[in-house]
Parts: sequence; C-alpha cells; structure tokens
Amino acid sequence: MTLSASQNRAGLALMAPAAMLAVIFLLLPLLAIFVLAFTDYQLGDRTLHFIGFDNFRELADEPIFWTSLGNTLLYSAVVVPGSVTLGLVSALLIDARTSLRSFYRTVFFLPVMASLLAMAVVWEFMLHPSFGIVNTALKAIGLAPHNWLKDGDIALYVLAVIGIWQSFGFNMVLFMAGLSAIPRDLYDAAEIDGAPNAWARFSLITWPLLAPVTVFVSITAMIRSFQVFDTVHALTQGGPSKSTEVLLYTIYAEGFEFFRSGRAAAITVVFIALVVAVSLMRFVSFKKNGKPA
Amino acid sequence: MMSVSRKTTAALTRSAMRHILLMTIAAFALLPFAVMVSTSLKPADEIFSDSVRWWPHKLAFVENYNQALSTAPLALYLLNGVIVTLAIFFLQVLVSLPAAYALAKLRFIGRRIAFCFVLFCLLIPYHAIAVPLFIMLYFVDLLDSYSALVLPFTISVFGIFLMRQFFMGVPDDLVDAARMDGLSELSIVWRVMLPAAIPALTAFGVFSIVAHWNDYFWPLIAVSSDGYFTPPLGVMAFRNAEAGTNFGPLMAAATIIVAPLIALFLLAQRRFIEGIAFTGIK
Repeated sequence: MTLSASQNRAGLALMAPAAMLAVIFLLLPLLAIFVLAFTDYQLGDRTLHFIGFDNFRELADEPIFWTSLGNTLLYSAVVVPGSVTLGLVSALLIDARTSLRSFYRTVFFLPVMASLLAMAVVWEFMLHPSFGIVNTALKAIGLAPHNWLKDGDIALYVLAVIGIWQSFGFNMVLFMAGLSAIPRDLYDAAEIDGAPNAWARFSLITWPLLAPVTVFVSITAMIRSFQVFDTVHALTQGGPSKSTEVLLYTIYAEGFEFFRSGRAAAITVVFIALVVAVSLMRFVSFKKNGKPA
Repeated sequence: MMSVSRKTTAALTRSAMRHILLMTIAAFALLPFAVMVSTSLKPADEIFSDSVRWWPHKLAFVENYNQALSTAPLALYLLNGVIVTLAIFFLQVLVSLPAAYALAKLRFIGRRIAFCFVLFCLLIPYHAIAVPLFIMLYFVDLLDSYSALVLPFTISVFGIFLMRQFFMGVPDDLVDAARMDGLSELSIVWRVMLPAAIPALTAFGVFSIVAHWNDYFWPLIAVSSDGYFTPPLGVMAFRNAEAGTNFGPLMAAATIIVAPLIALFLLAQRRFIEGIAFTGIK
C-alpha cells in the first residue's frame, strides 16, 4: 500500500479530535508535573518560581515521605501475593468441573463490582471496636478484640485485607481465562503417562503453562495496589500516626488539602517512576511470552 | 466392583472438600454484603447488641431506608452517577472510534508516533496528572461542575488501544467494499466498523462505566457542592453528616448506592465478567 494523499488527509482528520484532547488532558498535564516538581508553586499563583531540586531534597529529608513510600510498598507486598494466590486457588477450584461454577464465579466477582468506598464504610462498621461483627466473633470464640483501625501496628494490614477482598475476584477471572487456554488432552495424556494425582497434574502442566498469566496478573495487581486510596481516605486518613500514609494519599493531602502543588508534583514524579518501572516489566513479560498486548 | 466404589468415594470426598473450600471463600466475599443488608434492616437497639443475628426480631426496613432517603439526596447522587458515567462513555466512543479506525486501517503521516504515544499513555494512571488537571480547571473556572467530572476522561487512550486492536482483525475487504460504495472514511467508522465492533465496545463500556461509577479520587478533588456528588461521594457525605453512628440508615444508604451496579451485574454477569477479563490488560 502506498501513502495516498486522500488517505493521509482522512487519517489526520479522524485522529484530530483525539489528538487535541490528548494534548490538553494528558500530554500537557504530564509535562506540567515535571515542571511543577521543580517549583514552589501553590494553587492560585500566577507565576512559576523555579527552585531546582529543593522539593526532592526536602522529601528525602522528611521521614513522612519515606514512611509513605514504605507503607505503599508494604501494602503492595501483602495485597499482591494475597490476592493473586486467592485468585489462583479460586480459579483452580472452580475450573475443576465443579457444579455451581457460575454461582461461585459471580459471588467472588461481587466485591470487584461494588463501590469500594461504600464497602469501606461497611468494613468500618464490621471492624467497629464494640458493635462490629469481627470483634463479636472473636469474643465468641474466646479471643481478644482489637481496635482494628486505631492500632498503628495493624491498621495497614487491615486495609490490605480489604484490598485482597476487593481484588481477588478480578485476578480469578484473569486466571480462569488463562486456564481455559490450556488444552484438556494434556491432562488426559498426563494421566495415561501415570501422573497419579491432582498435585502432579498441577505441578507438571497447570503451573508451568500458567506462568505467563501469573506474571501478568501479579504485575497488574501490583500497579493497582500502588493506587490504594479510597480505603485510606475513608477509614484512616493515613493514621494512626502515619501508619497508613500511602503515596497517593500524601499526594492528595499536599496537592488538594494544603494546595502545595509543587511538592505534590515532586511526590507524583516518584509515584510515576514506580508505576512505569513495574509497567515496563509487564511489557517485557509480554515480549518474552509472545502474548498479545 | 470394589475398586469402582472406592473410586467414587474418593471422588465424592474430593468434591466435598472443594465445595467446603469454595464456600469458605464465598463467605469471605459475601460477608460485608450480608452485614450491610442485614444491618440496614435492623432497629438501633438490635444493632448495638452483643449477639450476631442476621435477620432482625423487629424489621426496621421502612424506618432505615426512609431516614436514609430523607437525610441525603441519594436519588440525586445516583442520577449524577448515571449522567456522568454515560456522558463519559458516549464522548469516549465519539472520540476513540475514529482515532482507533485511523490507527488500524489508514496510512497517514505520524501514525507510528501517535500509536507509540497511546502505548506510552497507557502506562500512566490518571491519578498522576490530577494536580495539573486541577490547576487547569481552576484557571478556566470549571471546578465544581459536571464538566470537571467528565472532561478529563473524554480522551481514553485505553479505549483507542482496545478498539484499534479489535479493528486490526476486521478484514480490509470490508473496508474496501464500503469505499467502493462511496462511503466516506467517517461513515465507514460509524456504519461499518461500529456494528462489527459491538463485542469489543460492550467490553469497553463495562470497563468504563464500572470504573467511573465507582471512582472516588477524581470526584473528591473536582467537585465540592453536593449537587454534583457522584454515588461514592454521596456515601461519604452521608457518613460524615451522621457522624458514622446511625448505622441502620448508613447501611441502608450504602445498600442504595451499591445496588444499581450490582443489579446490572447480576442481570448481565457473563457480559460483565467477559468484559472485565477482556479489558484486564489495563
């Protein structure tokens, strides 16, 4: 095919609206982040005042920034293995020609669909120190109740459990799609060749063939976990004593509560670096496994 | 005979084990929903009691839901949710389909760069550009309006990417035949490609509507008057107004906010799950 003038014109015309909007709402804001990060801009200022790397130097000296980054990574380190494992186990159990298959699938997927904010309010009630069902149940079996969201040692893990609850069904659906691509005759062949039990079949066939899907699901889960915000804002506001302060919440507080846009931009640069680094791993894993992006 | 019955016993045991495990996971997934609905039906004195009861002695359905609906304009929040999600999806389709068609089927200068730009933007979560978007809307005085909720999402690189991948699989013959019939490139998009792309478009619609109906971060930043509140903001407003202690009506409000999307999901669950799996690459 040669480049015809009319096709060129048509192509450019059809791209134009999208290109214009992309420049206004994606490209310029993205560039603005990298400019703002080097200024002391506050919302409403009409001029930019460049301060070099001062924002980053200040962040590096601030324990809160490191706490926020550390909490984000810790949250991710709990939610990713938790939700990926639970998603995989659910998919395998459902896939094993179980009756009630679609019932389980629907139930596990409900938390993905429900507004996380509304469900966070429900979790808050469930975790209520005096009337919550969690403490009531613990007391009933003779265990000590906790003040789940007000205890700095456990609050982040409690949010992580909510994160796992919300996202494992999503991972399950991706795993089920991966499982359905494994040819059934492989299992029959393995049985004939004497793979004696379910575990052998899993470790010989399912796990190796599912590996690319697992990598993909894990990376996706990791990127989503970096974006934890709703539960933090609704339930803990980063507390108690900064134990649930995460990157997106710090950006929100700096940018939209204190209106220190420059500082918020500097933290955003770190956030972007983190997300892009993990996303690039996703592209690499695609390339390696030849799975279409 | 002996071995057959032993085999079936083993199979039955395995199947029972599987269901026990699945039921445990199901209980974990359903627990918050059960608590939400059950509490929304209970009078205050039963909520503040020490025992777990799923069905109340005295049903307080009318009281709780009445109070929820009269304390906050929940219907307005739901309506805002419908307006905002549908406006976003409609504009996204209007903008992305022509672009996706151009990227898939037309040769034009800058196509490669445009596609690389799409791939690059796929990496950036919108949270990352919230600060400049906010400043921009502040200076053009659009904060606290429907425009603030809708405009930043009119461009969906994900939509463009998804539809472009789908259009790549549409045979060129179909496009050439339409050109022979004298259709302009723009009418090819709407009259040939759109009908062919309904499955992909449904998947994208599910993805877009679920994401924006449930989004909390951007509406929290973009609007402040409760006339523009979307459902998640409405739940928070309600909780803060009630200081979080009036649990019956609060759970009733949460139920009202969660119900529409869940109902839609239960009606068309295959579509939803396939749509999300299909768009899972995001």
